[in-house]
Amino acid sequence: SPLFHKFLKEALNKVPKDKCVTVRDALNQAMDEELERDERVFLLGEEVAQYDGAYKVSRGLWKKYGDKRIIDTPISEMGFAGIAVGAAMAGLRPICEFMTFNFSMQAIDQVINSAAKTCYMSAGLQAVPIVFRGPNGASAGVAAQHSQCFAAWYAHCPGLKVVSPWNSEDAKGLLKSSIRDDNPVVFLENELLYGVPFEMSEEAQSKDFTIPIGKAKVERAGSHITLVSHSRYVGHCLDAAAVLAKEGIECEVINLRTIRPMDVESIEASVMKTNHLVTVEGGWPQFGVGAEICARIMEGSAFNYLDSPVTRVTGVDIPMPYAKILEDHSLPQIKDIIFSVKKTLNV
Amino acid sequence: MKTMLAIISNALCRMTGRNAGAQTVSELLIGLSEYVTLTSPSPPASAQTQRQPPKPPPVSTRAAQLVSGQTTDQPVGPGARVVVSRSFADFTPQATFDIKKCDLHRLEEGPPLKAELTRDQGLQYYRTMQTVRRMELKADQLYKQKIIRGFCHLYDGQEACAAGIEASINPTDHLITAYRAHGYTYTRGVSIKEILAELTGRKGGVAKGKGGSMHMYAPHFYGGNGIVGAQVPLGAGIALACQYQGNNQLCVTLYGDGAANQGQLFESFNMAALWKLPCIFICENNKYGMGTSVERASASIDYYKRGDFIPGIRVDGMDVLCVREATKFAADHCRSGKGPIVMELQTYRYHGHSMSDPGVSYRTREEIQEVRTKSDPISMLKERMLSNNMASVEEFKEIDVDIRKQVEEAAQFATSDPEPPLEDLCNHIFYNNPPLEVRGTNPWSKLKSVS
Repeated sequence: SPLFHKFLKEALNKVPKDKCVTVRDALNQAMDEELERDERVFLLGEEVAQYDGAYKVSRGLWKKYGDKRIIDTPISEMGFAGIAVGAAMAGLRPICEFMTFNFSMQAIDQVINSAAKTCYMSAGLQAVPIVFRGPNGASAGVAAQHSQCFAAWYAHCPGLKVVSPWNSEDAKGLLKSSIRDDNPVVFLENELLYGVPFEMSEEAQSKDFTIPIGKAKVERAGSHITLVSHSRYVGHCLDAAAVLAKEGIECEVINLRTIRPMDVESIEASVMKTNHLVTVEGGWPQFGVGAEICARIMEGSAFNYLDSPVTRVTGVDIPMPYAKILEDHSLPQIKDIIFSVKKTLNV
Repeated sequence: MKTMLAIISNALCRMTGRNAGAQTVSELLIGLSEYVTLTSPSPPASAQTQRQPPKPPPVSTRAAQLVSGQTTDQPVGPGARVVVSRSFADFTPQATFDIKKCDLHRLEEGPPLKAELTRDQGLQYYRTMQTVRRMELKADQLYKQKIIRGFCHLYDGQEACAAGIEASINPTDHLITAYRAHGYTYTRGVSIKEILAELTGRKGGVAKGKGGSMHMYAPHFYGGNGIVGAQVPLGAGIALACQYQGNNQLCVTLYGDGAANQGQLFESFNMAALWKLPCIFICENNKYGMGTSVERASASIDYYKRGDFIPGIRVDGMDVLCVREATKFAADHCRSGKGPIVMELQTYRYHGHSMSDPGVSYRTREEIQEVRTKSDPISMLKERMLSNNMASVEEFKEIDVDIRKQVEEAAQFATSDPEPPLEDLCNHIFYNNPPLEVRGTNPWSKLKSVS
C-alpha cells in the first residue's frame, strides 16, 4: 500500500549511510573541498601535482585544479616553505606539504621563526594562515633518517597549532579546520594509516564537516584506567583495550587529536574517574608528549585522584633500526600497552 | 675661484636656458643685464657687438617692475644698480642629470643614463633621506643612553637605497628586508614616532613594543626579519601571491652582501625564475657582512651576477636617482612578465654592523670619512640641486630644522610613552582566535591571551 511504501522510504532515509573511507581519501576529500570552497587555498610541495602525491594523498587534484593551485616544487624545502609562508603573509592560504616531516628539519626555521612567531612579533598586524602537512613518525623499514616523530619538537613552540589525527574522520575534519584556521598549523599524518579504511558517518561525509582543533575525543569509555594517545597508537590502545576487556579491565581510550593546544581537561576528567593513567606514543620518551602529559597532570586537579604514578609507553630511545625484528621492537606494541596497564593497575 | 665661477656660470646657464659652454661669466652676466643690472665697468666692446641678448625667460613681476625702462635691445649703462629678490619662479623646475651606467648581466639594455628630477621630487627625496638619517642618529643617541636595548642596526649612509626604491614603486607593491630595516619602515609609511617608540619598547610602538628593532610591520611591508636570508624565500612567496592574484603588483626583496651566500637564496632564485615570479631581488652591498669584508666572504663579489640565470644590474647605491632609475627598470621587467631580476646596490654604512660594533676594527676611519665626504647620498643630492638652482640653501636649512623638530618630538614620545601593560604579555599569539589560557612561569600563574 502507498502508506507502507511511504513509511519504508522514510525509514530508509533515516538509516545512516556510513561508508568506509581510507585516511588517504579522507585527506584528499578535505583538500578538494577546501580548494573548491576558497580560491586562496593552494597546495605546494614535491610531487604533489603531476605525480599525484608521493603517497597519492593529492591524487586527482592537479587534474581538477591545474598548475596555479597545485604546484610541484623542486627539492628545496627551506625555499618552498619560506615561499609558502610569504604567500600566506600576502593573503593566500597555502597548504605546504613536506614529503615526510623528517625533511621539514631543512625548513624548520621558516616554520618557527617566520610562521609561528610573526603574529606575536607584529602584535597581531601580520597573520600567517598556513598548514604544513605530511607524514610523521615511523613508517616501515625506512630506517633512522626517515622515521622521526616531530610532535614534541613542534608542540614545544608557542604560535603553532599541532594536530595529529588518527582515523579518517579525524583526518578530514581536522584538516578542514586547519586550512580554515588563520594561524600556522602543523598537521602530522601517518604513512602507515593512509591505506587504512575507517567508517565515516554521513555527517562526516558532508562538505562542511569540521572537527575543532584543541579538543580530544573519548574513543572508548572505561572505568578502570585511562589510556591517552595520538595518531596510529590510538588504534593500538583500542586493540589493547579489547584484549584487556576479556580479562575484566575496562580501559577508557582518549584520542588527543590535537597535541597543541592539548586538551588536558578531557584527560583530567577521565583520570578523576579512573584514577590511573597510561600515555602511549610513537615518539622518543625524553621531553615528549607523554612527559608533557605527566607534568600537566601533576600540576592540575587530577593529581590527587591518581592511585599510582602515570606510566609512559613510548618508542625506544634509539635511532630507528632497519631490520624488521629490530624495528618491531623499537616501537610500542599492543603487548607493551597491556603490560603497562597491568603494571599501573598492579594486577 | 674657478669652481666658484663654474658654479655661477652653471646657474646662469640654467636661468638663461643657454648651453653650458665656454662662455665667460661676464658675458653671461651681460646677457642678463636686461633684468638684473650690476655695478660694473663698461662691458668690453667685443661683447656688446657680438652678442645680442636673447629674449629673457619669464621673470617675476617684481623683477620686471624693478627693471623699468629697459628694453631687450638696449644695452645697459654702467652704474645702475638693482636688487632682485629670489622667488620660486626663479628656481629651475626640472633638470636632467647624468647618472652612472649600470653593469649588466644577461641584459642587452639597462636603465637610462640620464635621470629627470623635478624640484618637488628633489625636495621630497632630500626630506626622506634626511629624515631617515636624523632618525637613525637619534636612535644611536638613545641606544647610548640605554633607552634602546638589544639589537639596533642603523641605516645611515644607505638612505639613497630606501628613498630611491620607494620613489620607483607603488604603495601597493610589496617590500621585505632584513634587520637593517628602520629606513624602509619609514619609507613604507610608518611614522618616526611609531618607529622610535618601538625601539624603546613602548606601547605606542608600531608593534606595541612586542617586536623591537627587527620586527616592524606595515601594510605591504613585511619587516624587519632577524634570521639572515630567511626573508628572501618569504619575498619570493609574496611575489607568488601577486602573480596568483593577478594584481600586477610586485615584491622588492632585499638582502645584504652577507646573506648573499645563504643557500635559501639560491633556492628562491631557482623557483622565482622557474615560475617567473614578479620579484626584484636587491642586494644592498655595503662591503661588510658584520665584520667580514666581501672579499673574505664570497668567492664571487659580483652579487648582481649571483642569480646566474636571472638577469642582474649593478647600481650606484649612493645616488638616489641611479637607484630610482634602476628600480624602475627592474619593476618594468617584472611587471612585463619576464620574471625576477637581481639588483646590486653598491652602498655603505657609516655605523658598524650594530650598536655593539664600533665598526673600525675591520675598516679604517679614513675609509669611512672618505665615503662621507665624497659620496654621501644626501650631500650629493643637495649639491646637485643647488648647483642647478633647483632650491636654495635656506630651503634646505628649513627642511633640516623641521626634520630635527619632528625627530625630537618623536624621541620625546618614545621616551615618555609607557611600556606595554603586563596584561598584553600573552596577547597576539594567534590571529582571529578565541581567548585562551597561557601557562605563566609557575603552575598557579594562569595568564590570558586574546587575539
